[in-house]
Amino acid sequence: MNRSLSRTLVLLVATAPGVLALRAHAQTVAITGGRVHPVSGPVNENGTVLIRDGTIVAVGANVAIPADAQRIDATGKIVTPGLVNAATQLTLVEIGAVTGTRDAQARGRDGIAAAFRPWEGLNPTSVLISPARNAGVTTVLVAPSGGLISGQAGVIHLVSGTAAEMVLRAPVAMVAALGPARGPTGMPRAETIMRLREILDDARVYRTRRAEFERAQTRTLAAGRLDLEALLPVLDGRLPMLVQADKASDIEAAMKLATDYGFRLIILGGAEAWQIAGKLAAARIPVLTGAMNNIPESFVALGQRQENAGILSRAGVPVSVIGNAGGGDEEAFNVRNVRFEAGNAVAYGMEWNAALRSITLTPAETFGVADRVGSLAPGKMADVVIWSGDPLEFASQPERVFVRGREIRQPSRQDLLEERYKTVPPNYRKP
Amino acid sequence: MRSSVFVLAVSLISTACASGRAQEATAPTPAAPARASDTVKTGPMLGALSTPNDDPFPSTYRPFPSRTTVIRNVTIMTAAGPTIRNGSILLRDGKVAEVGASVSAPADALVIDGAGKYVTPGIIDTHSHVGAGGVPNDNGAQTNDVNEATAPVTAHVWVEHSVWPQDPQFPRTLAGGVTTIQVLPGSANLIGGRSATLKVVPSRTVQGMKFPGARYGLKMACGENPKRVYAQRGPSTRMGNVAGYRAAWIQAEGYRRKWDKWNGNRTGDAPARDLGLETLAEVLRGNILVHNHCYRADEMAQMLDIAKEFGYRIRSFHHGVEAYKVADLLAKEDVSASVWADWGGFKLEAADGVRGNPALLNRAGVRTIIHSDDASGEQRLNQEAAKAMAEGNRIGVPVTEEDAIRWLTINAAWALGLDDRTGSLQVGKNADVVLWSGNPFSVYTRAEKVWIDGSMMYDRLDPDQQWRTDFELGFVPVNRGDAR
Repeated sequence: MNRSLSRTLVLLVATAPGVLALRAHAQTVAITGGRVHPVSGPVNENGTVLIRDGTIVAVGANVAIPADAQRIDATGKIVTPGLVNAATQLTLVEIGAVTGTRDAQARGRDGIAAAFRPWEGLNPTSVLISPARNAGVTTVLVAPSGGLISGQAGVIHLVSGTAAEMVLRAPVAMVAALGPARGPTGMPRAETIMRLREILDDARVYRTRRAEFERAQTRTLAAGRLDLEALLPVLDGRLPMLVQADKASDIEAAMKLATDYGFRLIILGGAEAWQIAGKLAAARIPVLTGAMNNIPESFVALGQRQENAGILSRAGVPVSVIGNAGGGDEEAFNVRNVRFEAGNAVAYGMEWNAALRSITLTPAETFGVADRVGSLAPGKMADVVIWSGDPLEFASQPERVFVRGREIRQPSRQDLLEERYKTVPPNYRKP
Repeated sequence: MRSSVFVLAVSLISTACASGRAQEATAPTPAAPARASDTVKTGPMLGALSTPNDDPFPSTYRPFPSRTTVIRNVTIMTAAGPTIRNGSILLRDGKVAEVGASVSAPADALVIDGAGKYVTPGIIDTHSHVGAGGVPNDNGAQTNDVNEATAPVTAHVWVEHSVWPQDPQFPRTLAGGVTTIQVLPGSANLIGGRSATLKVVPSRTVQGMKFPGARYGLKMACGENPKRVYAQRGPSTRMGNVAGYRAAWIQAEGYRRKWDKWNGNRTGDAPARDLGLETLAEVLRGNILVHNHCYRADEMAQMLDIAKEFGYRIRSFHHGVEAYKVADLLAKEDVSASVWADWGGFKLEAADGVRGNPALLNRAGVRTIIHSDDASGEQRLNQEAAKAMAEGNRIGVPVTEEDAIRWLTINAAWALGLDDRTGSLQVGKNADVVLWSGNPFSVYTRAEKVWIDGSMMYDRLDPDQQWRTDFELGFVPVNRGDAR
């Protein structure tokens, strides 16, 4: 495999870097013989995934394969859905220290940027897309950061295309943060909550008195027109609020707000969520959390532990495993490592199937895109990865990655550098 | 330096290590002649010291009580030869007493069955800030004592004076199978100060953690961090950086000559002491090892020339995300490379980071080391090595498990000048040993037991005996594991 991959790279470089579809788009592909983990259904030891025109049409042990189908032998391999990383800034941040390549944080007003829709400025040519996609990640949530209300999150599909083509669904959540100390605004806890209440209250005022607002016949509202407008779907229960909170009491405060204002809540971070796992499960509140952080790095996360995801999962909380351990873990550069985070979750008590689900179907469900991605099921987009072995293991390689039924083999910038420096001094004319 | 989800971009700019993954300075083993294993040039450079007391903060570490221990029926990665399947190892009097297919187990020995498990040397991290960059690190906690960012050259600071032994990151590092760490000052400065090499053990004082006889290191830093931090007062450019190193070494040469002369005849008043120049003079004498934070290949080549100009050696380039571009040069100069598996891209000088870096260095014959610069990564250096090994195998630059274990152990020991004492499982060496629940390069494997100098300092299966720092009492809930 080493050599063949290497040859593939050379070949691709020699021709033209870019997406190579297996064939033309209209076609039927059958991936056969592999151990298929549909996630939404039982494992097939010798399963087939049948794809037509970019859509999965059948998955299972006894799938009739049309004569004209292109067969891909996955014998001895593992076949899974494309992975979903539910907390990234991929395409929003290219190089963290280079200001002009950071598009994840709005200037906002007094920490409020509810109307900010970062995917409208996403970078479809980010060099960090290929490393993620080549590692089997085909869908990501991109979320803004900073402030009390950071803006809106969207789900991005890692197709090779324009910015517009990459947006799978947006918005999917309003992003906010609770808790002091690390709080973006420097407010004490209760003031943060008070401020959120004030803004949500005024969004209600705005909705009922919009005409007067337009004629400047209302008192001054707590946020600008665009931000208040953007919060209406939250109040309607149509757009969930993704609240970054780590301390158990901060999570409970978010739950109280959700109850009081009738919005759907998703917890991001949730370092101490394990302490209230039963409550979160009963309320069916999804949690996005990592599995590699056990450091009491802040007074808001003193109870942080690697067992968090497993405890939540066993309690019935919909858990999406994300990278949040520092060390570059959460940076766009390492969106690819989410499978190892899930592997660590298993090492700390999460059931393996739950771990795979936590980086595929669960985040897809949490953000309302499970009708299209997140599992191998008829009718869904054919995002499929063929792995050399256990996808959560370091030694396993994603050998082939399909997005919407198209195989994408685009060498990353890192691949090109490695290839160039396999011999030194390098030949600066290739790759 | 860690940050909660999504606030990283900001913290990168403001913190000591992440933005400036720091580099270090170590401390001297002043009068002792260089060990045979050292390649640091010492002979012609050795001179009398400029300080009347070469060890003002001596180690008070003593090995913890130990009992003779046998681990049998286990896979042993020795870092000194081929993996031993179904082997045994005997730890006695704090040392590795026997290792091989079988050992002679005394009747009173603690016998541990290692079926399905692995034994390796204790992991060594050449680049840590644990203790100096402590947690919690909320605003106002004042636990970040990594960068003395008040002048571009602060050779006078010793990072051990920043180490808080109650930093709750220490026991977590130990639980990751890490037995020795080099704590470094940050990378804000051209010359950041002395490092400290510590055993990862509970102690009331940093002296109680210091690795006895370990030489100091000197932290230097290239590139973006110093020029960013000192943009207003200078250096504000990379050429300013280089002028700054050279100016410091010129001063150090003069200082050393003055002291060597005085030491030669001992007449008249001794020259005035200067803490910073003492440290630099010790580098020139070959008694302190240089650890150089440097991302870009071209800057590494320049730092090597500066070292030649002033007659010192660079022991390890740290971070070295572009080290693979000059792997041949590093091999020729016998400079080790302390690198990550896949941390990169957070600033432009880190944009060419590739996961194949360790494999390419390894192939070129460079002493390759996986380091952390991060208290979270430090707990999982085995996982970092696993990623880098897999990448090598993917791109046709094969890496064996025997190679990869050296990245975490004996090569790091060499960089710290400790390879005659720790870093491999050879008879007579310190019994710094890890028993892993499985292959250490599997994502599912965890360190199960950790010995330092033959004493079992960590047992995952016995939560009641696990080290909890003072800070954790009351603040941090007890974690009894309850995982599978």
